[in-house]
Amino acid sequence: MSAMDGNLRELYQEVIFDHNRQPRNFHEMPEADHHADGHNPLCGDQLTVYLRINNDVIEDVSFVGHGCAISTASASLMTEAVKGKTVAEVEALFKDFHALLTDTPPERDFGKLAVLTGVREFPARVKCATLAWHTLHNALIGDHSPAHTE
Amino acid sequence: MNTVADLRHTASATRLPVADDFPILARPVHGRRLAYLDNGATTQKPNAVIEAEARFYRESNANIHRGVHWLSQHATELYDDARATVQRFIGAARADEIVFTRGTTEAINLVANTWGRKQLTAGDEILITTLEHHSNIVPWQMLCEQTGAVLKVAPVNEIGEVELAGFDALLSPRTRLVAITHISNALGTINPVAEMVEHAHAVGAVVLVDGAQAVAHQAVDVQALGCDFYAFSGHKLYGPTGIGVLYGRAELLAAMPPWQGGGDMIRTVSFERSTYAEAPQRFEAGTPNIAGAVALAAAIDYVQALGMKRIVAHEHALLEHATAALRAIPGLRMVGTAANKAGILSFMIEHIHPHDLGTILDSEGVAIRAGHHCAMPLMTRFGIPGTARASLAIYNDETDIAALVTAIEKAQALFGTRKKA
Repeated sequence: MSAMDGNLRELYQEVIFDHNRQPRNFHEMPEADHHADGHNPLCGDQLTVYLRINNDVIEDVSFVGHGCAISTASASLMTEAVKGKTVAEVEALFKDFHALLTDTPPERDFGKLAVLTGVREFPARVKCATLAWHTLHNALIGDHSPAHTE
Repeated sequence: MNTVADLRHTASATRLPVADDFPILARPVHGRRLAYLDNGATTQKPNAVIEAEARFYRESNANIHRGVHWLSQHATELYDDARATVQRFIGAARADEIVFTRGTTEAINLVANTWGRKQLTAGDEILITTLEHHSNIVPWQMLCEQTGAVLKVAPVNEIGEVELAGFDALLSPRTRLVAITHISNALGTINPVAEMVEHAHAVGAVVLVDGAQAVAHQAVDVQALGCDFYAFSGHKLYGPTGIGVLYGRAELLAAMPPWQGGGDMIRTVSFERSTYAEAPQRFEAGTPNIAGAVALAAAIDYVQALGMKRIVAHEHALLEHATAALRAIPGLRMVGTAANKAGILSFMIEHIHPHDLGTILDSEGVAIRAGHHCAMPLMTRFGIPGTARASLAIYNDETDIAALVTAIEKAQALFGTRKKA
């Protein structure tokens, strides 16, 4: 197996395929009190993130849209990771997750999000993994212009 | 010499003896043999072009049109020779109908900003097609905002062809400009340009043809096409980046105001008023890409030495081979199957997004484009976010197609979507 094949296996782990085939929390949320759209014009990836926030805690989160396996799986994993967290905890997690993919990540338990670490070896795909998070961020701060990763 | 018919019936029909001329093809990518199938984005450069550009800087470099010294005159001659080479290559009547630009995009923007701003007023119509690259859409949208002109779009059918009936239905005496691609970069469709020009001229419209995907893959004769403007880029024709061409019929260029102001485009300058040079200098403000023009001429010489008939025969045979090979893959759907097609294969693989496919193919040394190909409205027309696109050139052969097929099968295996044929 070449180094590249190893990198590819790291990128496309079974968890990614699972979340791509059967994304979690993949539905619209009519009762959402926050939402935002995200768009990667270069890829055509498009999604909407919905939130219900109560007392600064994310009570419910969902998304709809379409994109590559990395962006769909990342959005799905994100919804699982942020449910029940406070807004501040989520923003901190976004910052750390971004560092995990592009920079020196802090010591912390990323849980299932760690399966996306393989993206580090594919700089062109970082934007796929972070689109959902940028969109979540826009939803949190009430920015209704479409989020992007450029 | 073999005739086209001979070449079609020999085993060598899918291989031209040119790969050794392109040094980059010898470099491995991710430890694999490079199968470069992204020629629609840019082609690789033969030694003849790389050397021509280097030789210009080593032996001939000086600024043009200004020095009395020998080197300047020498550089000016090479630049003028390059213009004459382009003129002969596309069958223009006169060398001064050839304007050097940075590329196709700048050539189209030049027409929009000069001819367009002077000629168009509110209510005038510009007709394009659904096949267009963003560079043949956005400049016209900007022009419409500036002038109040209206953009009309001719539809394409399910297989990616512009049907003349649909095109004709949008032509009217209000149509002032028709801007159409010669060959679709996303689907490979070859437009019936000569007929479209004839129909457009019948209502009095001026016609611009985007030839970015055409000049390297078929003979182009602007007078036979009858078009008024023709734009193309050097880098898709085995030449360098940063050099391109706008052909414009002499009487149109003569009536067009300048776009960028500066040196080389003037006749006289005073603080009260400046007068402008004739075309093409009027449209070439500042020091142009002299080395690029010289190297573009070398690329044209290279292509012509090979022979356009051989190139067309080779690429057509390889397209047929590749189309059959891809169609045999279960779960693969071709997008764009026009009857008249150039060497571009756009496709979707069931359950695998084009970007995932692009990453996995890359790991096998197979370079393709994945995405919307700067033709987002066309993707919208087909209801897809994008496609995977393999685009062929003179150095591609059956080995590249075999690598493409193997890499697609690897992606399907990885995604667990591989079906038995």
